[in-house]
Amino acid sequence: MTLTTKNIPQTQAKKKLDLSVMLSPWIVPLAIVGLWQMISSLKLVAPHILPAPTKIAATFWLLLANGELLNHLVVSGERVLVGFLLGASVGLVLGIVTGFSKLMQEIVDPSLQMLRTVPLLALIPLFILWFGVGEFGKVLMIALGAFFPIYVNVFLGIRLVNIQLYEVTGLLQYSFKKRLTTLIMPSAMPNILLGIRLALGASWLVLVVSEMMGTSAGLGYMIQDARAYSQTDIVFVGLVMFALLGKLSDSLVYTIERKVLKWQDTFKG
Amino acid sequence: MSKNTLVIENLNKVFTTPNEQVIALKNVELTVEQGEFLTVIGPSGCGKSTLLKIIAGLDVDYTGKVELDNKAIYGPSLQKGFIFQEPRLFPWLTVEKNIAGDRSLKDPTIKQQVAELIKLVKLEGFEKAYPRELSGGMAQRVSIARALLRNPAILLLDEPFGALDAFTRSHMQEVLLNIWQTNKTTMIFVTHDLDEAVFLGQRVIIMNPRPGHIKSILPIDLSFPRKRSSLGFQEMRRAVLNEFEKVEEETYTIGAGI
Repeated sequence: MTLTTKNIPQTQAKKKLDLSVMLSPWIVPLAIVGLWQMISSLKLVAPHILPAPTKIAATFWLLLANGELLNHLVVSGERVLVGFLLGASVGLVLGIVTGFSKLMQEIVDPSLQMLRTVPLLALIPLFILWFGVGEFGKVLMIALGAFFPIYVNVFLGIRLVNIQLYEVTGLLQYSFKKRLTTLIMPSAMPNILLGIRLALGASWLVLVVSEMMGTSAGLGYMIQDARAYSQTDIVFVGLVMFALLGKLSDSLVYTIERKVLKWQDTFKG
Repeated sequence: MSKNTLVIENLNKVFTTPNEQVIALKNVELTVEQGEFLTVIGPSGCGKSTLLKIIAGLDVDYTGKVELDNKAIYGPSLQKGFIFQEPRLFPWLTVEKNIAGDRSLKDPTIKQQVAELIKLVKLEGFEKAYPRELSGGMAQRVSIARALLRNPAILLLDEPFGALDAFTRSHMQEVLLNIWQTNKTTMIFVTHDLDEAVFLGQRVIIMNPRPGHIKSILPIDLSFPRKRSSLGFQEMRRAVLNEFEKVEEETYTIGAGI
């Protein structure tokens, strides 16, 4: 009997670059913008309530050209990046520690879970009292927002490691390091990546709120400042920026996810 | 005594539950020489898997003597390979990486050994396949290759083909015999399938439950390759069956193989 074959099995059916598949996510937004433009052109709503998409696009272009938008973007981007990295790394380390050690779990986890139930935004007044309105308090807020999704998911990912595979690494005498890199981490990766996605979302959220109180630069400030002067078109530019940035960071993680988790044998719809 | 002999003397194992004490193994005596193929058969609860786990070092809570190569077994080691009923492969690793495990395929020696093992278990062409792309029999062959890469003196198999269909199972038995004849690894093969026990073993250990103990050891004096339809095979099969039927007080249901 021969069960051998020279053909390596197809790991992934090659997807055709179908035009309709590429366009399908755009149908709903384009329809809304079209309708919106029509409403504005017919002057059904006052422009300071709902400016026309063309007007928003023009403002967007103007702010881009005079460098104002880029300036706000860099300031906000820096805050999110530093805050996210800080929160994510602390979350990763604590998640690993509590995931591995039952003792550490019992010592650390109950307090963290209690802290987690406090609405993050309720801490902002306290942070302003403690750290003022400077960069430090903002970055710390963002870090806190990014911390919990990562911590919870890393912990969960480690606890979901298959006990049967763990037994195999014992029989094959894996070192602790090998066990961590070849069993625990790959196995926890779906949860870790989910944690990163949720943490990025939380980071942007906390950023906007923290930028709306006491600062002189950043996308959140730009929106807040425009509101004060009833510049609704600039408010919309800010919203579009957040939508784009959020989508961009999410897609980035999603791309990594698809690459790293291609071994997964799950329902793909 | 030759090298890598497994010696078990007066082995006793008791499971303690809150309500009672269950004697899982009582006074087990067994000596297995290097290169022998042993099959262990018995109804569920006879302690055959417990015995295997003790030999593997997965269970060290016992009394008595269990020695491999004159050294007491106190934990798992690479000397003792273990095959579970499930293949237990890492789903994120390809076939060759699963076999290599904690060893690096960048090492040419390892790469060479893995390639040879893939050939031995007849999986050429599937080096880069992921476990989800393999059938049950193929996956189990990967797990056997993974154990063999560690060059064990003894391979412990706990109903490894129990989840496979009859055709795949008989193919796997031939693959295993081929490995045994090539590598001269000692095999201790636990099964609940009478045909499998007689087809593979040079000796068949018959175990009975309550308390788990070795009832008898039957040598199977048939040369390899064996034919299931031959008269000699049928006689040995009947002899093993008779051993079970001697116990009249209890009725056992043994696997569909009977």
